Amino acid sequence: MSVASLPSREIHAQLEAVTRVFPAAPGAGAQPPVHALGPVDLDLRKGEFFAVVGPSGCGKSTFLEVLAGLQKPTAGTVTFEGKVVNGEVADGIGVVFQEDASFPWLTVWDNAAFGLRRNGVAAAEIRRRVDDTLAFMGLKDFARAYPSQLSGGMRQRVCIARTLVLQPRLILLDEPFGALDAQTRLLMGDEVLRLWRRTGASVLLITHALDEAAMLADRVGAMSARPGRFIEVIDTGWPRERDSTIVGEAAFGEITARLWERLRGESLKALGHAGADSMAAE
Amino acid sequence: MTATRRFTDTFVVVLAMLAVWQVLHLIAGSTALPAPLPTLTYLLHNVTTDRFATNAAATIEAFFFALLLAYAVGLAIGVWMGAHRLSGAVGEPILVALYSLPKIVLYPVLLLIFGLGISGKVAFGALHGILPVALLTTGAIRAIPPVYLRAARTLQLTPWQTIRTVLLPAALPEVFTGLRIGFTVTLLGVLLGEMFASKAGLGSMIMTDMSLAQSEDMVTVAILLFAFAAVANGILLWIEHRLHRRV
Repeated sequence: MSVASLPSREIHAQLEAVTRVFPAAPGAGAQPPVHALGPVDLDLRKGEFFAVVGPSGCGKSTFLEVLAGLQKPTAGTVTFEGKVVNGEVADGIGVVFQEDASFPWLTVWDNAAFGLRRNGVAAAEIRRRVDDTLAFMGLKDFARAYPSQLSGGMRQRVCIARTLVLQPRLILLDEPFGALDAQTRLLMGDEVLRLWRRTGASVLLITHALDEAAMLADRVGAMSARPGRFIEVIDTGWPRERDSTIVGEAAFGEITARLWERLRGESLKALGHAGADSMAAE
Repeated sequence: MTATRRFTDTFVVVLAMLAVWQVLHLIAGSTALPAPLPTLTYLLHNVTTDRFATNAAATIEAFFFALLLAYAVGLAIGVWMGAHRLSGAVGEPILVALYSLPKIVLYPVLLLIFGLGISGKVAFGALHGILPVALLTTGAIRAIPPVYLRAARTLQLTPWQTIRTVLLPAALPEVFTGLRIGFTVTLLGVLLGEMFASKAGLGSMIMTDMSLAQSEDMVTVAILLFAFAAVANGILLWIEHRLHRRV
Protein backbone atom coordinates (compact mmCIF):
# COMPACT_ATOMS: atom_id res chain seq x y z
CA MET A 1 0.00 0.00 0.00
CA SER A 2 1.15 3.50 -0.71
CA VAL A 3 2.01 5.85 2.09
CA ALA A 4 -0.91 8.10 1.16
CA SER A 5 -3.43 5.43 2.14
CA LEU A 6 -1.99 4.96 5.60
CA PRO A 7 -3.96 6.51 8.44
CA SER A 8 -2.76 10.08 8.72
CA ARG A 9 -2.58 12.31 11.76
CA GLU A 10 -5.12 14.61 10.15
CA ILE A 11 -8.26 14.92 12.26
CA HIS A 12 -11.41 13.95 10.40
CA ALA A 13 -14.04 14.22 13.11
CA GLN A 14 -13.72 15.54 16.60
CA LEU A 15 -15.75 15.37 19.80
CA GLU A 16 -14.98 17.88 22.55
CA ALA A 17 -16.51 17.38 26.00
CA VAL A 18 -19.65 15.98 24.40
CA THR A 19 -22.46 14.89 26.71
CA ARG A 20 -25.95 13.72 26.03
CA VAL A 21 -28.68 13.84 28.67
CA PHE A 22 -32.17 12.63 27.87
CA PRO A 23 -34.65 14.99 29.51
CA ALA A 24 -37.11 13.73 32.11
CA ALA A 25 -40.31 12.24 30.73
CA PRO A 26 -43.25 14.48 31.60
CA GLY A 27 -46.53 13.42 33.15
CA ALA A 28 -47.48 10.74 35.64
CA GLY A 29 -44.86 8.12 36.40
CA ALA A 30 -42.24 10.65 35.43
CA GLN A 31 -38.74 9.34 34.90
CA PRO A 32 -35.70 11.31 35.99
CA PRO A 33 -33.38 12.65 33.27
CA VAL A 34 -30.96 10.02 31.99
CA HIS A 35 -27.33 10.99 31.59
CA ALA A 36 -26.46 8.66 28.73
CA LEU A 37 -23.12 9.87 27.48
CA GLY A 38 -19.99 11.67 28.34
CA PRO A 39 -18.25 13.93 28.67
CA VAL A 40 -16.44 12.34 25.73
CA ASP A 41 -13.39 13.63 23.87
CA LEU A 42 -12.18 11.93 20.73
CA ASP A 43 -10.10 12.79 17.68
CA LEU A 44 -11.01 10.54 14.80
CA ARG A 45 -8.16 10.50 12.27
CA LYS A 46 -8.70 10.60 8.57
CA GLY A 47 -8.77 7.09 7.10
CA GLU A 48 -8.57 5.21 10.36
CA PHE A 49 -10.74 2.34 11.52
CA PHE A 50 -11.96 3.07 15.02
CA ALA A 51 -14.03 0.66 17.07
CA VAL A 52 -16.03 1.45 20.21
CA VAL A 53 -16.75 -1.34 22.68
CA GLY A 54 -18.56 -1.15 25.98
CA PRO A 55 -21.13 -2.87 28.16
CA SER A 56 -24.72 -2.91 26.97
CA GLY A 57 -26.62 0.30 27.63
CA CYS A 58 -23.42 2.33 28.06
CA GLY A 59 -24.35 4.93 25.46
CA LYS A 60 -22.42 3.53 22.47
CA SER A 61 -25.35 4.03 20.13
CA THR A 62 -26.03 7.49 21.55
CA PHE A 63 -22.37 8.30 20.87
CA LEU A 64 -22.79 7.25 17.25
CA GLU A 65 -26.05 9.14 16.79
CA VAL A 66 -24.57 12.34 18.19
CA LEU A 67 -21.55 12.00 15.90
CA ALA A 68 -23.84 11.25 12.95
CA GLY A 69 -25.98 14.29 13.64
CA LEU A 70 -29.07 12.22 14.43
CA GLN A 71 -29.10 13.61 17.99
CA LYS A 72 -27.97 16.95 19.30
CA PRO A 73 -25.32 16.91 22.00
CA THR A 74 -26.57 18.35 25.29
CA ALA A 75 -23.18 20.01 25.79
CA GLY A 76 -19.89 20.09 23.92
CA THR A 77 -19.15 20.23 20.21
CA VAL A 78 -18.96 17.69 17.42
CA THR A 79 -17.09 18.65 14.27
CA PHE A 80 -16.73 16.77 11.00
CA GLU A 81 -14.22 18.03 8.43
CA GLY A 82 -13.99 21.24 10.36
CA LYS A 83 -17.73 21.94 10.39
CA VAL A 84 -19.94 21.70 13.46
CA VAL A 85 -22.42 18.80 13.49
CA ASN A 86 -25.50 19.69 15.51
CA GLY A 87 -28.53 17.50 14.90
CA GLU A 88 -28.23 17.45 11.10
CA VAL A 89 -26.55 14.63 9.21
CA ALA A 90 -23.59 16.15 7.38
CA ASP A 91 -22.67 15.50 3.76
CA GLY A 92 -20.13 12.72 3.55
CA ILE A 93 -21.35 10.76 6.57
CA GLY A 94 -22.95 7.36 5.97
CA VAL A 95 -24.66 5.30 8.66
CA VAL A 96 -25.52 1.58 8.80
CA PHE A 97 -27.83 0.54 11.63
CA GLN A 98 -28.17 -2.63 13.65
CA GLU A 99 -31.79 -3.08 12.60
CA ASP A 100 -32.61 -4.08 9.08
CA ALA A 101 -33.25 -0.75 7.37
CA SER A 102 -33.55 -2.06 3.81
CA PHE A 103 -36.81 -0.93 2.23
CA PRO A 104 -38.94 -4.03 1.55
CA TRP A 105 -40.96 -2.38 -1.24
CA LEU A 106 -37.85 -1.80 -3.36
CA THR A 107 -35.63 -4.30 -5.15
CA VAL A 108 -32.00 -4.60 -4.06
CA TRP A 109 -31.01 -2.40 -7.01
CA ASP A 110 -33.56 0.28 -6.20
CA ASN A 111 -32.59 0.17 -2.54
CA ALA A 112 -28.99 0.84 -3.49
CA ALA A 113 -30.01 3.62 -5.88
CA PHE A 114 -32.35 5.23 -3.34
CA GLY A 115 -30.06 7.93 -1.97
CA LEU A 116 -28.65 8.87 -5.37
CA ARG A 117 -32.10 9.32 -6.91
CA ARG A 118 -33.10 11.74 -4.20
CA ASN A 119 -29.99 13.81 -4.89
CA GLY A 120 -30.67 14.41 -8.56
CA VAL A 121 -27.70 12.44 -9.89
CA ALA A 122 -27.78 11.67 -13.64
CA ALA A 123 -29.30 8.29 -14.56
CA ALA A 124 -26.19 6.95 -16.25
CA GLU A 125 -24.06 7.89 -13.27
CA ILE A 126 -26.56 6.20 -10.91
CA ARG A 127 -26.46 3.03 -13.01
CA ARG A 128 -22.69 2.96 -13.03
CA ARG A 129 -22.30 3.56 -9.30
CA VAL A 130 -25.05 1.14 -8.25
CA ASP A 131 -23.81 -1.67 -10.53
CA ASP A 132 -20.30 -1.09 -9.24
CA THR A 133 -21.31 -1.16 -5.60
CA LEU A 134 -23.58 -4.20 -5.94
CA ALA A 135 -20.75 -6.10 -7.63
CA PHE A 136 -18.38 -5.03 -4.86
CA MET A 137 -20.82 -6.18 -2.16
CA GLY A 138 -21.48 -9.51 -3.91
CA LEU A 139 -25.09 -8.57 -4.62
CA LYS A 140 -24.93 -8.47 -8.42
CA ASP A 141 -26.98 -11.65 -8.86
CA PHE A 142 -29.65 -10.39 -6.47
CA ALA A 143 -30.17 -6.95 -8.03
CA ARG A 144 -33.77 -7.76 -8.97
CA ALA A 145 -34.64 -9.58 -5.74
CA TYR A 146 -36.64 -8.03 -2.93
CA PRO A 147 -35.08 -7.91 0.57
CA SER A 148 -37.68 -10.40 1.86
CA GLN A 149 -36.08 -13.00 -0.41
CA LEU A 150 -32.65 -12.50 1.20
CA SER A 151 -31.01 -13.64 4.44
CA GLY A 152 -30.30 -11.20 7.28
CA GLY A 153 -26.63 -10.91 6.30
CA MET A 154 -27.51 -10.15 2.69
CA ARG A 155 -30.03 -7.49 3.73
CA GLN A 156 -27.37 -5.83 5.86
CA ARG A 157 -25.15 -5.80 2.76
CA VAL A 158 -27.97 -4.04 0.91
CA CYS A 159 -27.97 -1.36 3.61
CA ILE A 160 -24.19 -1.04 3.35
CA ALA A 161 -24.48 -0.77 -0.44
CA ARG A 162 -27.13 1.95 -0.11
CA THR A 163 -24.69 3.92 2.04
CA LEU A 164 -21.60 3.20 -0.10
CA VAL A 165 -23.07 4.48 -3.38
CA LEU A 166 -23.19 7.92 -1.79
CA GLN A 167 -19.39 7.69 -1.40
CA PRO A 168 -19.27 8.68 2.27
CA ARG A 169 -15.96 9.83 3.69
CA LEU A 170 -16.93 8.72 7.21
CA ILE A 171 -18.85 5.47 7.62
CA LEU A 172 -20.58 4.86 10.95
CA LEU A 173 -21.58 1.28 11.70
CA ASP A 174 -23.92 0.75 14.67
CA GLU A 175 -23.54 -2.92 15.61
CA PRO A 176 -24.38 -3.87 12.04
CA PHE A 177 -23.68 -7.56 12.62
CA GLY A 178 -25.30 -7.86 16.03
CA ALA A 179 -28.18 -9.90 14.69
CA LEU A 180 -26.01 -12.26 12.64
CA ASP A 181 -24.47 -15.60 13.59
CA ALA A 182 -20.79 -15.80 14.57
CA GLN A 183 -19.45 -17.19 11.28
CA THR A 184 -21.36 -14.70 9.17
CA ARG A 185 -20.06 -11.95 11.44
CA LEU A 186 -16.44 -12.93 10.81
CA LEU A 187 -17.05 -12.89 7.06
CA MET A 188 -18.89 -9.56 7.23
CA GLY A 189 -15.91 -8.24 9.18
CA ASP A 190 -13.70 -9.12 6.21
CA GLU A 191 -16.14 -7.30 3.95
CA VAL A 192 -15.93 -4.19 6.08
CA LEU A 193 -12.12 -4.30 6.02
CA ARG A 194 -12.24 -4.65 2.25
CA LEU A 195 -14.56 -1.69 1.77
CA TRP A 196 -12.59 0.39 4.25
CA ARG A 197 -9.41 -0.21 2.24
CA ARG A 198 -11.03 0.38 -1.11
CA THR A 199 -13.00 3.52 -0.29
CA GLY A 200 -10.30 5.09 1.85
CA ALA A 201 -13.06 6.33 4.15
CA SER A 202 -12.74 6.61 7.92
CA VAL A 203 -14.79 3.93 9.66
CA LEU A 204 -16.27 4.03 13.13
CA LEU A 205 -17.70 0.73 14.31
CA ILE A 206 -19.85 0.30 17.39
CA THR A 207 -19.88 -3.25 18.69
CA HIS A 208 -20.40 -5.23 21.86
CA ALA A 209 -18.04 -7.97 20.62
CA LEU A 210 -14.51 -7.46 21.95
CA ASP A 211 -13.01 -9.87 19.42
CA GLU A 212 -14.70 -8.05 16.55
CA ALA A 213 -13.25 -4.73 17.70
CA ALA A 214 -9.79 -6.24 18.29
CA MET A 215 -9.76 -7.86 14.88
CA LEU A 216 -11.04 -4.97 12.75
CA ALA A 217 -9.88 -1.70 14.18
CA ASP A 218 -6.69 0.39 14.16
CA ARG A 219 -7.77 1.79 17.51
CA VAL A 220 -10.32 0.49 19.98
CA GLY A 221 -12.04 2.78 22.46
CA ALA A 222 -13.28 1.04 25.59
CA MET A 223 -16.34 2.75 27.00
CA SER A 224 -17.42 2.78 30.63
CA ALA A 225 -20.85 1.86 31.96
CA ARG A 226 -23.46 4.63 31.63
CA PRO A 227 -22.82 7.54 31.33
CA GLY A 228 -20.42 6.34 28.63
CA ARG A 229 -16.85 7.69 28.69
CA PHE A 230 -13.68 6.39 27.11
CA ILE A 231 -11.68 4.68 29.84
CA GLU A 232 -8.96 3.57 27.45
CA VAL A 233 -8.06 3.78 23.78
CA ILE A 234 -5.89 0.91 22.56
CA ASP A 235 -3.71 0.95 19.44
CA THR A 236 -3.90 -2.46 17.80
CA GLY A 237 -0.98 -1.89 15.44
CA TRP A 238 -2.45 -4.08 12.69
CA PRO A 239 -1.18 -3.58 9.13
CA ARG A 240 -3.68 -2.04 6.72
CA GLU A 241 -3.76 -5.29 4.72
CA ARG A 242 -5.45 -7.70 7.14
CA ASP A 243 -8.36 -10.06 7.38
CA SER A 244 -10.12 -12.33 9.85
CA THR A 245 -7.19 -14.79 9.92
CA ILE A 246 -5.45 -12.47 12.41
CA VAL A 247 -7.64 -14.01 15.10
CA GLY A 248 -4.92 -16.69 15.17
CA GLU A 249 -2.17 -14.25 16.09
CA ALA A 250 -0.83 -13.84 19.59
CA ALA A 251 -1.39 -10.07 19.54
CA PHE A 252 -5.10 -10.59 18.86
CA GLY A 253 -5.45 -12.57 22.09
CA GLU A 254 -3.50 -9.91 24.01
CA ILE A 255 -5.66 -7.06 22.74
CA THR A 256 -8.88 -8.92 23.48
CA ALA A 257 -7.63 -9.83 26.97
CA ARG A 258 -6.60 -6.22 27.63
CA LEU A 259 -10.04 -4.97 26.54
CA TRP A 260 -11.79 -7.45 28.77
CA GLU A 261 -9.57 -6.52 31.70
CA ARG A 262 -10.68 -2.90 31.31
CA LEU A 263 -14.31 -3.68 30.65
CA ARG A 264 -15.05 -6.50 33.09
CA GLY A 265 -15.77 -4.16 35.99
CA GLU A 266 -17.82 -1.85 33.75
CA SER A 267 -19.89 -4.76 32.48
CA LEU A 268 -20.60 -5.82 36.05
CA LYS A 269 -21.67 -2.24 36.84
CA ALA A 270 -23.96 -2.28 33.84
CA LEU A 271 -25.53 -5.45 35.22
CA GLY A 272 -26.08 -3.67 38.53
CA HIS A 273 -23.61 -5.93 40.37
CA ALA A 274 -23.11 -4.89 44.00
CA GLY A 275 -19.39 -5.54 44.23
CA ALA A 276 -18.62 -3.98 40.90
CA ASP A 277 -16.58 -1.06 42.18
CA SER A 278 -14.26 -3.07 44.35
CA MET A 279 -13.74 -5.64 41.61
CA ALA A 280 -13.05 -2.97 39.02
CA ALA A 281 -10.51 -1.35 41.31
CA GLU A 282 -8.19 -4.34 41.23
CA MET B 1 -50.65 -22.55 -14.45
CA THR B 2 -51.82 -20.97 -11.21
CA ALA B 3 -54.12 -18.74 -13.26
CA THR B 4 -55.96 -21.71 -14.82
CA ARG B 5 -56.02 -23.38 -11.41
CA ARG B 6 -57.61 -20.32 -9.85
CA PHE B 7 -60.11 -20.16 -12.67
CA THR B 8 -61.06 -23.82 -12.11
CA ASP B 9 -61.43 -23.19 -8.38
CA THR B 10 -63.71 -20.22 -8.97
CA PHE B 11 -65.73 -22.24 -11.44
CA VAL B 12 -66.19 -25.07 -8.92
CA VAL B 13 -67.27 -22.62 -6.20
CA VAL B 14 -69.82 -20.95 -8.50
CA LEU B 15 -71.16 -24.36 -9.53
CA ALA B 16 -71.48 -25.45 -5.90
CA MET B 17 -73.33 -22.25 -5.03
CA LEU B 18 -75.77 -22.83 -7.87
CA ALA B 19 -76.36 -26.36 -6.59
CA VAL B 20 -77.01 -25.09 -3.04
CA TRP B 21 -79.37 -22.48 -4.50
CA GLN B 22 -81.30 -25.19 -6.36
CA VAL B 23 -81.61 -27.26 -3.18
CA LEU B 24 -82.76 -24.24 -1.14
CA HIS B 25 -85.30 -23.44 -3.84
CA LEU B 26 -86.73 -26.96 -3.55
CA ILE B 27 -87.03 -26.56 0.23
CA ALA B 28 -88.26 -22.94 0.43
CA GLY B 29 -90.49 -22.80 -2.63
CA SER B 30 -90.75 -20.37 -5.52
CA THR B 31 -92.18 -17.41 -3.62
CA ALA B 32 -89.18 -17.12 -1.34
CA LEU B 33 -86.42 -18.27 -3.67
CA PRO B 34 -87.00 -18.89 -7.37
CA ALA B 35 -84.92 -21.56 -9.12
CA PRO B 36 -81.51 -20.56 -10.51
CA LEU B 37 -82.15 -21.08 -14.21
CA PRO B 38 -85.39 -19.03 -14.56
CA THR B 39 -83.88 -16.30 -12.37
CA LEU B 40 -80.75 -16.01 -14.47
CA THR B 41 -82.81 -15.74 -17.65
CA TYR B 42 -85.03 -13.16 -15.96
CA LEU B 43 -81.92 -11.25 -14.89
CA LEU B 44 -81.16 -10.32 -18.48
CA HIS B 45 -84.64 -8.90 -18.80
CA ASN B 46 -84.55 -7.08 -15.47
CA VAL B 47 -81.26 -5.23 -15.99
CA THR B 48 -82.57 -3.62 -19.17
CA THR B 49 -85.54 -1.98 -17.44
CA ASP B 50 -85.60 1.73 -16.63
CA ARG B 51 -86.52 0.94 -13.06
CA PHE B 52 -83.30 -1.01 -12.56
CA ALA B 53 -81.20 1.64 -14.25
CA THR B 54 -82.62 4.45 -12.08
CA ASN B 55 -82.14 2.53 -8.85
CA ALA B 56 -78.66 1.31 -9.78
CA ALA B 57 -77.66 4.89 -10.58
CA ALA B 58 -78.99 6.05 -7.20
CA THR B 59 -77.02 3.35 -5.37
CA ILE B 60 -73.83 4.01 -7.32
CA GLU B 61 -74.09 7.72 -6.57
CA ALA B 62 -74.68 7.17 -2.86
CA PHE B 63 -71.94 4.53 -2.66
CA PHE B 64 -69.45 6.73 -4.48
CA PHE B 65 -69.89 9.64 -2.08
CA ALA B 66 -70.05 7.37 0.98
CA LEU B 67 -66.79 5.71 -0.06
CA LEU B 68 -65.12 9.04 -0.77
CA LEU B 69 -66.15 10.29 2.66
CA ALA B 70 -65.17 7.05 4.42
CA TYR B 71 -61.72 7.04 2.81
CA ALA B 72 -61.05 10.74 3.33
CA VAL B 73 -62.19 10.87 6.95
CA GLY B 74 -60.85 7.41 7.80
CA LEU B 75 -57.40 8.13 6.38
CA ALA B 76 -57.27 11.53 8.08
CA ILE B 77 -58.19 10.07 11.48
CA GLY B 78 -55.86 7.12 10.93
CA VAL B 79 -52.85 9.26 10.01
CA TRP B 80 -53.51 11.56 12.92
CA MET B 81 -53.87 8.76 15.47
CA GLY B 82 -50.90 6.90 14.04
CA ALA B 83 -48.58 9.88 14.04
CA HIS B 84 -49.68 11.46 17.33
CA ARG B 85 -49.23 9.06 20.19
CA LEU B 86 -51.63 10.64 22.69
CA SER B 87 -54.45 10.95 20.14
CA GLY B 88 -53.95 7.31 19.24
CA ALA B 89 -53.97 6.21 22.87
CA VAL B 90 -57.22 8.08 23.48
CA GLY B 91 -58.92 7.53 20.14
CA GLU B 92 -58.17 3.91 19.39
CA PRO B 93 -60.18 2.28 22.22
CA ILE B 94 -63.11 4.55 21.38
CA LEU B 95 -63.02 3.56 17.71
CA VAL B 96 -62.63 -0.12 18.56
CA ALA B 97 -65.70 0.11 20.83
CA LEU B 98 -67.67 1.91 18.11
CA TYR B 99 -66.57 -0.67 15.57
CA SER B 100 -68.16 -3.45 17.60
CA LEU B 101 -71.49 -1.60 17.95
CA PRO B 102 -74.38 -2.53 15.66
CA LYS B 103 -74.45 0.78 13.80
CA ILE B 104 -77.99 0.20 12.56
CA VAL B 105 -79.29 1.36 15.96
CA LEU B 106 -77.85 4.79 15.16
CA TYR B 107 -79.63 4.96 11.81
CA PRO B 108 -82.76 6.71 13.15
CA VAL B 109 -80.52 9.41 14.62
CA LEU B 110 -78.75 9.86 11.29
CA LEU B 111 -82.08 10.02 9.47
CA LEU B 112 -83.28 12.75 11.80
CA ILE B 113 -80.11 14.69 11.12
CA PHE B 114 -79.71 14.10 7.39
CA GLY B 115 -83.22 13.27 6.23
CA LEU B 116 -84.50 10.49 3.99
CA GLY B 117 -82.61 11.52 0.85
CA ILE B 118 -79.15 10.63 -0.39
CA SER B 119 -77.36 12.37 2.51
CA GLY B 120 -78.74 9.91 5.07
CA LYS B 121 -77.55 6.93 3.02
CA VAL B 122 -74.15 8.48 2.41
CA ALA B 123 -73.69 9.27 6.09
CA PHE B 124 -74.72 5.77 7.12
CA GLY B 125 -72.45 4.12 4.55
CA ALA B 126 -69.51 6.32 5.51
CA LEU B 127 -70.10 5.59 9.19
CA HIS B 128 -69.46 1.93 8.44
CA GLY B 129 -66.37 2.55 6.34
CA ILE B 130 -64.56 5.19 8.42
CA LEU B 131 -63.79 2.90 11.35
CA PRO B 132 -61.87 0.06 9.67
CA VAL B 133 -60.01 2.52 7.43
CA ALA B 134 -59.00 4.65 10.44
CA LEU B 135 -58.03 1.69 12.65
CA LEU B 136 -55.95 -0.11 10.03
CA THR B 137 -54.25 3.12 8.95
CA THR B 138 -53.34 3.83 12.58
CA GLY B 139 -51.88 0.35 12.87
CA ALA B 140 -50.03 0.70 9.57
CA ILE B 141 -48.32 3.92 10.62
CA ARG B 142 -47.41 2.60 14.06
CA ALA B 143 -45.91 -0.52 12.49
CA ILE B 144 -43.38 1.47 10.43
CA PRO B 145 -39.98 0.52 11.89
CA PRO B 146 -38.41 3.64 13.52
CA VAL B 147 -35.11 2.78 11.83
CA TYR B 148 -36.65 3.83 8.49
CA LEU B 149 -36.92 7.37 9.80
CA ARG B 150 -33.32 7.38 10.98
CA ALA B 151 -32.26 5.95 7.61
CA ALA B 152 -34.22 8.70 5.86
CA ARG B 153 -32.38 11.32 7.89
CA THR B 154 -28.96 9.84 7.16
CA LEU B 155 -29.89 9.79 3.46
CA GLN B 156 -30.65 13.51 3.90
CA LEU B 157 -34.24 13.37 2.70
CA THR B 158 -36.44 16.41 3.10
CA PRO B 159 -39.56 15.92 5.26
CA TRP B 160 -41.69 15.76 2.13
CA GLN B 161 -39.37 13.19 0.50
CA THR B 162 -39.49 11.17 3.71
CA ILE B 163 -43.29 11.06 3.62
CA ARG B 164 -43.53 10.34 -0.09
CA THR B 165 -40.68 7.86 -0.57
CA VAL B 166 -40.42 6.15 2.83
CA LEU B 167 -43.47 6.48 5.09
CA LEU B 168 -46.11 6.14 2.39
CA PRO B 169 -44.74 3.00 0.72
CA ALA B 170 -43.92 1.49 4.14
CA ALA B 171 -47.51 1.89 5.35
CA LEU B 172 -49.25 1.24 2.04
CA PRO B 173 -49.88 -2.54 2.19
CA GLU B 174 -51.70 -2.38 5.50
CA VAL B 175 -53.50 0.87 4.65
CA PHE B 176 -54.75 -0.86 1.53
CA THR B 177 -56.18 -3.69 3.64
CA GLY B 178 -58.18 -1.02 5.46
CA LEU B 179 -59.38 0.44 2.15
CA ARG B 180 -60.55 -2.99 0.97
CA ILE B 181 -62.47 -3.73 4.16
CA GLY B 182 -63.79 -0.17 4.12
CA PHE B 183 -65.07 -0.74 0.59
CA THR B 184 -67.05 -3.83 1.61
CA VAL B 185 -68.62 -2.39 4.77
CA THR B 186 -69.42 0.97 3.15
CA LEU B 187 -71.38 -0.91 0.49
CA LEU B 188 -73.13 -2.80 3.27
CA GLY B 189 -73.97 0.47 5.03
CA VAL B 190 -75.36 2.12 1.91
CA LEU B 191 -77.55 -0.88 1.06
CA LEU B 192 -78.79 -1.18 4.64
CA GLY B 193 -79.66 2.49 4.55
CA GLU B 194 -81.57 2.05 1.32
CA MET B 195 -83.47 -0.96 2.60
CA PHE B 196 -84.83 0.72 5.69
CA ALA B 197 -85.50 4.29 4.73
CA SER B 198 -85.23 5.25 1.11
CA LYS B 199 -87.32 5.45 -2.00
CA ALA B 200 -84.40 5.02 -4.36
CA GLY B 201 -81.55 2.58 -4.83
CA LEU B 202 -81.10 -1.14 -5.23
CA GLY B 203 -81.60 -1.74 -1.50
CA SER B 204 -85.04 -0.16 -1.56
CA MET B 205 -85.80 -1.98 -4.83
CA ILE B 206 -85.21 -5.31 -3.10
CA MET B 207 -87.57 -4.37 -0.27
CA THR B 208 -90.30 -3.16 -2.64
CA ASP B 209 -90.01 -6.37 -4.65
CA MET B 210 -90.30 -8.35 -1.45
CA SER B 211 -93.47 -6.58 -0.36
CA LEU B 212 -94.96 -7.10 -3.82
CA ALA B 213 -93.91 -10.77 -3.80
CA GLN B 214 -91.82 -10.26 -6.96
CA SER B 215 -89.21 -12.72 -5.86
CA GLU B 216 -87.48 -13.00 -9.24
CA ASP B 217 -86.90 -9.24 -9.34
CA MET B 218 -85.66 -9.35 -5.77
CA VAL B 219 -83.24 -12.21 -6.30
CA THR B 220 -81.79 -10.84 -9.53
CA VAL B 221 -80.87 -7.60 -7.77
CA ALA B 222 -79.31 -9.56 -4.93
CA ILE B 223 -77.31 -11.66 -7.39
CA LEU B 224 -75.97 -8.58 -9.13
CA LEU B 225 -74.97 -7.01 -5.84
CA PHE B 226 -73.23 -10.25 -4.85
CA ALA B 227 -71.37 -10.34 -8.14
CA PHE B 228 -70.33 -6.69 -7.85
CA ALA B 229 -69.07 -7.11 -4.29
CA ALA B 230 -67.24 -10.34 -5.13
CA VAL B 231 -65.51 -8.96 -8.22
CA ALA B 232 -64.53 -5.70 -6.51
CA ASN B 233 -63.21 -7.57 -3.49
CA GLY B 234 -61.31 -9.95 -5.76
CA ILE B 235 -59.58 -7.11 -7.57
CA LEU B 236 -58.72 -5.30 -4.33
CA LEU B 237 -57.43 -8.53 -2.78
CA TRP B 238 -55.26 -9.14 -5.82
CA ILE B 239 -53.70 -5.69 -5.51
CA GLU B 240 -53.29 -6.17 -1.77
CA HIS B 241 -51.47 -9.48 -2.21
CA ARG B 242 -49.11 -7.89 -4.68
CA LEU B 243 -48.34 -5.13 -2.17
CA HIS B 244 -47.86 -7.56 0.72
CA ARG B 245 -45.75 -10.04 -1.19
CA ARG B 246 -42.74 -7.77 -1.12
CA VAL B 247 -42.91 -7.15 2.58
